[in-house]
Amino acid sequence: MAKGRVRLFPERCKACGLCIEFCPKDVLGFDEETINMLGYHPIKDLKPESCTGCAICAVVCPDLVIEVERV
Amino acid sequence: MDRVLMKGNEALAEGAILAGCRGFFGYPITPSSEIAEYMARKMPKIGGVFVQAESELAAINMVYGGAATGARVMTASSGPGLSLKQEGISFIAEAELPCLIVNISRGGPGLGGIQPAQSDYFQATRGGGHGDYHTIVLAPSGSQEMMDFAIEAFELADKYRIPVMIMAEGTLGNLMEPIVMREPVLNKVDKPWAISGCQGRKPNIINTLHLGSEELENRNLHLANKYKLIQAQEKRAESYLVEDAELVVVAFGIMARIVKKAVVEARKRGIKAGLVRPITLWPFPDEDLRQAAEHARLFLSVEISMGQMIQDIQLALAGRVPVEFYGRIGFTPNPEEILQEIIRLAAREGL
Amino acid sequence: MKKVFQRPESLTEARNHYCPGCSHGIIHRLLAECMDEMNIREKTIGICPVGCSVLAYDYFNCDMLEAAHGRAPAIATAIKRLLPDRYLFTYQGDGDLASIGMAEIVHASARGEKITVIFVNNTLYGMTGGQMAPTTLLGQVTTTSPYGRKVENEGYPMKMAELLSSNEGSAYICRTAVNNPANINRTKRAIKKALQVQEKGLGFSMVEILSACPTNWGLSPVEALKWMENNMIPYYPLGEFKVKED
Repeated sequence: MAKGRVRLFPERCKACGLCIEFCPKDVLGFDEETINMLGYHPIKDLKPESCTGCAICAVVCPDLVIEVERV
Repeated sequence: MDRVLMKGNEALAEGAILAGCRGFFGYPITPSSEIAEYMARKMPKIGGVFVQAESELAAINMVYGGAATGARVMTASSGPGLSLKQEGISFIAEAELPCLIVNISRGGPGLGGIQPAQSDYFQATRGGGHGDYHTIVLAPSGSQEMMDFAIEAFELADKYRIPVMIMAEGTLGNLMEPIVMREPVLNKVDKPWAISGCQGRKPNIINTLHLGSEELENRNLHLANKYKLIQAQEKRAESYLVEDAELVVVAFGIMARIVKKAVVEARKRGIKAGLVRPITLWPFPDEDLRQAAEHARLFLSVEISMGQMIQDIQLALAGRVPVEFYGRIGFTPNPEEILQEIIRLAAREGL
Repeated sequence: MKKVFQRPESLTEARNHYCPGCSHGIIHRLLAECMDEMNIREKTIGICPVGCSVLAYDYFNCDMLEAAHGRAPAIATAIKRLLPDRYLFTYQGDGDLASIGMAEIVHASARGEKITVIFVNNTLYGMTGGQMAPTTLLGQVTTTSPYGRKVENEGYPMKMAELLSSNEGSAYICRTAVNNPANINRTKRAIKKALQVQEKGLGFSMVEILSACPTNWGLSPVEALKWMENNMIPYYPLGEFKVKED
């Protein structure tokens, strides 16, 4: 059971990948199937069950793509 | 009415205070420094702000910030300082912030000298900095007007949301004359655009960046329309003995007072001379000149420069009457030499 | 579930125009979070510079003024003097602050103006296309130092935090970086401390923030953070340089 949950705003994502780099549980990855309005493959929660709600992804995100909830 | 003896620079500073000016930001330069010195003494006593800035650039940007809060604020400088201030004046004009900028003018170019001059006329009347803009420019001719115009300048600045400049020769700054003190201005102008913290309203933004083509053009059209309105409503001049004048002398500021004496002397010698004194250098009072041109055979522009206002006179008259020029710099032409020039021209033209 | 992270109220909903991986977005957010936590949004006036953050007035949800290049501290000075109970911040890049605006920043600090300066140091002029700045590192290639910055030609990179900390008027001077989550959190604490120093009227406060410019450095966003750690932090040491106690 996941302790946290990310809510994503993929239209804001510029695919810088900082959240993917710093997520300690490898929850996030690029959504290779989608191209957003800005022309990027936005991020996606690939392993939502591993999220601890630590919010590191949101802290390093320059574009307010991520909101985080915790149990 | 009681009169007090005041130096022009101090009369101007006191006028600004009477107008409600509560922020002065300046940098010392002769012959304007007495305005800063007066403000340094007065502002702390009336709850105002005086800051001696690190440069003219900083001073004018302090005016930019101060005016943005909606307060009545000003700066004063002289030629070389005004050159440095042009960056900020362009921003202030674009952001449509009311303020007073004073040029107690001296001769250039470069460091030039500290003798009174009118050679910043182009800089003052053509905007001065980058982009399409104007400031209203008032040219007083005595201590009383130094005070009166300071008050008037703040009123005009608020009325049109525009920086207003007072340009006065160093002579006027230092001239001591008896003047009638004016009453303080008490009415407060509502400034909903001011930045003061967005409590209870949406945030205000003061900005001069317009990246889109349409936005940039619209901004410039808006300013151009405002300038047209000012041209329609605010041109001011004083005409003296022009009704039948065959030779019309045009001069502003301290020069106009000197010319007046020469005109009186010329009349005594049977020469029908008259004087038009532009009070607003921008907007230029071209209609007063055209009116004075009714009977005129010749115009003469007398300036403490190598000839700048003459271009505006020529534009106003559009070739109807020829315009001669007499000017010096380093020296202020005296009544006698102007009279001699009037006599010479009258003889040449058979007036 | 409870929300542990969301957009601060002191930022607008506007999507910023910054390049992928640019640190401006993070720094904007940290400042906005501090404004939220101190509940000062409605009493804050921000001055944005010329440079990449020229459009910051669209992002901060408070009264904003756009300055001429380098002049923000002079503008902030006048506003703060006229409205002493408001919170003033300037947001300036290294070209703006350390080059064209050197006189304004040094004198605002010397006068002890009660303003907070957010100084974003990414070692070059970003908006104009990656030209050399006073903060460009020795050997660093930029479009106007194409053979690398050399001491003989361009002199040494300027250390603004150290320089300004020598002014008596400076009450709080700190240098941080946003290269990892821990340093991002430290940066936020520094910004808050700077605003609190302003609140207490202790004097001038500045947080110099080492920031990434992946686009003009020619690196990926992740590589850019590593470059910052390996090259910038050794020359620009992190920490508090001046802390005036009340």
